[in-house]
Formats: sequence, C-alpha cells, structure tokens
Amino acid sequence: MIFSLAHLYVLTGFVLACVAVMTAADRTHPRRLGSALFWGFYALVFLVGDLLPPAWLGGGVIAMALIAGSRGVTGGTHAAPTLAEYVERARRLGNRLFLPALAIPLVAVVVILLSSKGKIAGVPLLDAGNPALAAIGLSSVVALALACWLTRETPAQGVREARRLIDAMSWALVLPQMLAMLGLVFSDAGVGKGVAWLATHYIAMDIRFVAVAVYALGMALFTIIMGNGFAAFPVMTGGVGLPVLVGVFHANPAAVAAIGMFSGYCGTLMTPMAANFNIVPAALLELPDKNGVIRAQWPTAMGVLAFNIVLLYFLLPTP
Amino acid sequence: MAPDVSLWPLIGVAVIIAGFVLRFHPMLVVIGAAIVTAFAAGFGIAATLTAIGTGFLKTRNLTLAIILPLATIGLLERHGLRQHAQAWIQRFRRATAGQLLIVYLGARELAAALGMTALGGHPQMVRPLIAPMAEGAAEARHGPLPDRVRYKLRALAAATDNVGLFFGEDIFVAFGAIVLITTFLHEAGIAVDPLKVAFWGIPTAGAAFVIHAFRLWRLDSALAREMHDAPATAETPASGEHGEHGEQGVSA
Repeated sequence: MIFSLAHLYVLTGFVLACVAVMTAADRTHPRRLGSALFWGFYALVFLVGDLLPPAWLGGGVIAMALIAGSRGVTGGTHAAPTLAEYVERARRLGNRLFLPALAIPLVAVVVILLSSKGKIAGVPLLDAGNPALAAIGLSSVVALALACWLTRETPAQGVREARRLIDAMSWALVLPQMLAMLGLVFSDAGVGKGVAWLATHYIAMDIRFVAVAVYALGMALFTIIMGNGFAAFPVMTGGVGLPVLVGVFHANPAAVAAIGMFSGYCGTLMTPMAANFNIVPAALLELPDKNGVIRAQWPTAMGVLAFNIVLLYFLLPTP
Repeated sequence: MAPDVSLWPLIGVAVIIAGFVLRFHPMLVVIGAAIVTAFAAGFGIAATLTAIGTGFLKTRNLTLAIILPLATIGLLERHGLRQHAQAWIQRFRRATAGQLLIVYLGARELAAALGMTALGGHPQMVRPLIAPMAEGAAEARHGPLPDRVRYKLRALAAATDNVGLFFGEDIFVAFGAIVLITTFLHEAGIAVDPLKVAFWGIPTAGAAFVIHAFRLWRLDSALAREMHDAPATAETPASGEHGEHGEQGVSA
C-alpha cells in the first residue's frame, strides 16, 4: 500500500519525540526529567517499537506507569495569547478558520471513498488493515498544510501547539493503550472463561427474563470491567447468548448478537476503562472531573440498556 | 462443582475494581492488574514483561487518531478557532445548546451508520467546534455561564459524540463489530447474513437517538431554570480565553 499505518507510527513518534526534546530543553518545567523520559520512551515505542525485544518494551511500559504514578508527568508552561489577541485574530480569519478543522473529517471520507476503488499502479492507496485510520492520518497532514498556509505559521509552530495539547492531556493520553494492553493480558490469562463459568453456574438461567437480563447486563458489566465490548462479546455470547438464549429459548441469533453488542456499548459509555472515549475527552475539554463525560452519559446508557433487555425479552419466541 | 477453568486470573479484575474505588493512580492500577493477572495465570517474569510489551505495541493504533490532528487543531486554536466557533453560533439567535447537540447527534449517528465514522471525534470536532458552539449558544441566551454549567455542556458535547458514534456504527455492515459478530457466529456453527445483524441493530440505534435527544431537549429548560435561579455574573469563566466574548459575538 502507498500510505500505511507504519508511516503514521513514524509520524506520531516524531511528534512525541519533539515533545520529549522540547520538554527536556524547557528550563522552567516543574517535572522536566520525568516528563521528558515519559514522552521519550513513548516516542521510541512508535519509532522503533517493532525492532525492540517485547520484554524490554514491557519493562519500559512499567517504568512509564511508575513515572506517571509518582506524579512525574506534568505540563510545561505555554505562552498563551490574551483574550483580546484571540478575538482579534479570530476576526481576521473569520469563517476561514473552519476550513482546516472540517478538512480533517471531510478529506478522510473522500480518501476512503476514492481508495475503495482507487489503486495507483496496482497498489492500494490506504492500509487495507485499517483504511479509516490511515485516512485520518493522511487528512491530518493535508489539514496541517492548509492551516499553515492560512495562518502563515510554520509546521514547527504546529508541533509546538500539539505539545501544548498533549501537555494538557498528560498521561491520560497513554491510558487507552494501557487498558487495551490489559485487555489482551486478560484474554491471554483466561479471565473471560472464569467470568462465564461463574455466571452460568450461579444464576437461574431457566427463567426467560433472568436469562435475557443476565446476557444484556453481563455484556454491559463485562464491558465496564474490560473497557471494550469486543472483549466481552465472545465471553458472554459464547457463555450465555448461544447456549441459553439461542439453544434453550430458540432466539434469533442475529438479534441476540446485535442487541448483545449494543448492550456492551452501554457499558462502554459508563466505564473509565474505555479511556479513549471517556477519560481522554475529559482531559481534552479541560474538565476538572475526569469522570465528567461518564456522568453526562450514564443516564442515556442505562435507558438504552433497559430498552435492550425489554426488546430482547419480547423477541424470544413464545413457548 | 469444581470449575474446569482457572479462576485465579480473576484476581486481576478485583485489583482493577479495588484500585479505582480506592482512587489510586489509574496508570498504577492498570499496570498492577496486568502484572497480578499474568502471575496468577502462571506466567513467569519474562513472559509477563513480554505480554505487557506486545500488548502495548499491538494497540498503538488507538493513540494515532488522537495525536495526529493535534497540530492542526492547536494552530487554529492559536488563531482563535474556539472563540470564532462561539461567536459564529451566536449569529443564530434562536439556536439553543440542546438543539445544536441534537442536530450533531443525528448527523454523527447517521454518518456513522453510513460508514463515515471519521466525521466527528473528540480532538477534531468536539474540542474545537461542538463544545465551544454549545457554550456560545447557551451564553447568548443566558449570559455569562458559571464554570459548573460550562463543564456540564462540554461533557454533554463529548457524550453526544460517543452516543452518536457507538449506536450508528453498529448498523453499518462493513464495520468491525458486525464482522466480529458474523465471524464468531460462523465459528459457533451458525451462518447469519451480516445484513440481518445490522438490521437487528436498528431498533436500539433508534432508541439511543430518542433517549439521548430527549435528555438534550430537556437540557435547555434545565439551563434556563438554573441560570434564572443563580445568575453567574460574579463567577469567573472556566478559562480566560472564553468569557466576555459572548457580547462580542452577539454584536457581530
């Protein structure tokens, strides 16, 4: 492929390496060494992660967690324009400011649509493994060029601004990856099998409503623990959905699976373990409460979950 | 009955729950749970480190989509994007924060259902555009907002992005979830048409829209009540870069 995730890893690693170097050079930084090491190691994961022995990486990940856990990662000082300057600049560019921001999603969509057919000299344009992500990366580069041209700034200033935003998120930026790593360790260690065994052996599954509720709530609860509906799905559908709902009560497997997956998504809305949807946005929006996004969405999640249980119950064929 | 599976790795789940309840640092809780789980499953030190390292490496793609748009968004913010988004929405005198978020919810869910999950997202849409617009619309109507209200609007903007994405993307046939479902069912000996799975996602997708839109619709009257009971003129805005800009926008 012409534009693959490997290129984007290098680009991301480059941005992170710049953050590390700028942090190391920042004499006014309150946690200069810890923060520089943290971002420096994270940059290495992206730049040369494939070349390092995995056990070394594991050691480095533990070191990153220890640095962050001992409050060793903080933001530097960033000279922000005053409100009056912001307003003045905003007036100068006006609606043109929206163009690069909207270009990120729009260019991505166009690239995805074109690349589904488009090949250049027989080579697919985008990474076949994850075209959406590759497209976002490509469109980010296009949008940065557009933004630089519009604001008459250099890409270096763009990297400085990226550092300001990365500093605002701090270690929360790394949390999604840490949790996904934990999900993989859980599945290697067989945590899911243990949970399914407990659920099927201690709950009265011969009552229709109980079986439906256990499946939907189990999907949500297991997703809350794992932070990911995809990790919960094989466990709960293999443990309860297929043997009980389909096997005993003759439910439609497509309906069971679709509604089960959506019940898992209700769990995603309620868990700090789904850090990239819940914790990172709270940091990105500078909310003082890192669970603020979860607080805003749990009523919706509970409502949809209740709807799912009722829907699935009425979809069971009457005996 | 003796389990035919080992229940020891479940200690890792207990570590996670205890760690979050006792409010330890999330990074320490997660790495602690990973180490405990691996040891409980009988991994040695080397295998534990390897599992952590490979797991971390395999999931790098999660961070890509957050980091790559930041340079563009940061540059635009430096040139007043957030202030402009606030002022822009205030030209529509009758727009409310709730209505704006309902429109975004519908657009996000519909686009995701058509496979365009890239239209939206927290770094590229919510922080620079949707959250400032919600704040701007509320400010035009109710005057300067206290921090509490400002944070609530931002959190709801992020929540709206999530709800729209989650319940839209699962009715798009080519999306990962449907592929996962059909693969899993196929391995279990059940052949299902991916279209059927997508079809059975539609009722829940509709319910999610109705439930969340209802909450957003009630937001406007809740805001009016809250701002009427406790006018916030004395409180300082959440961050210096917002604030009095409201007046500027209205007169624009």
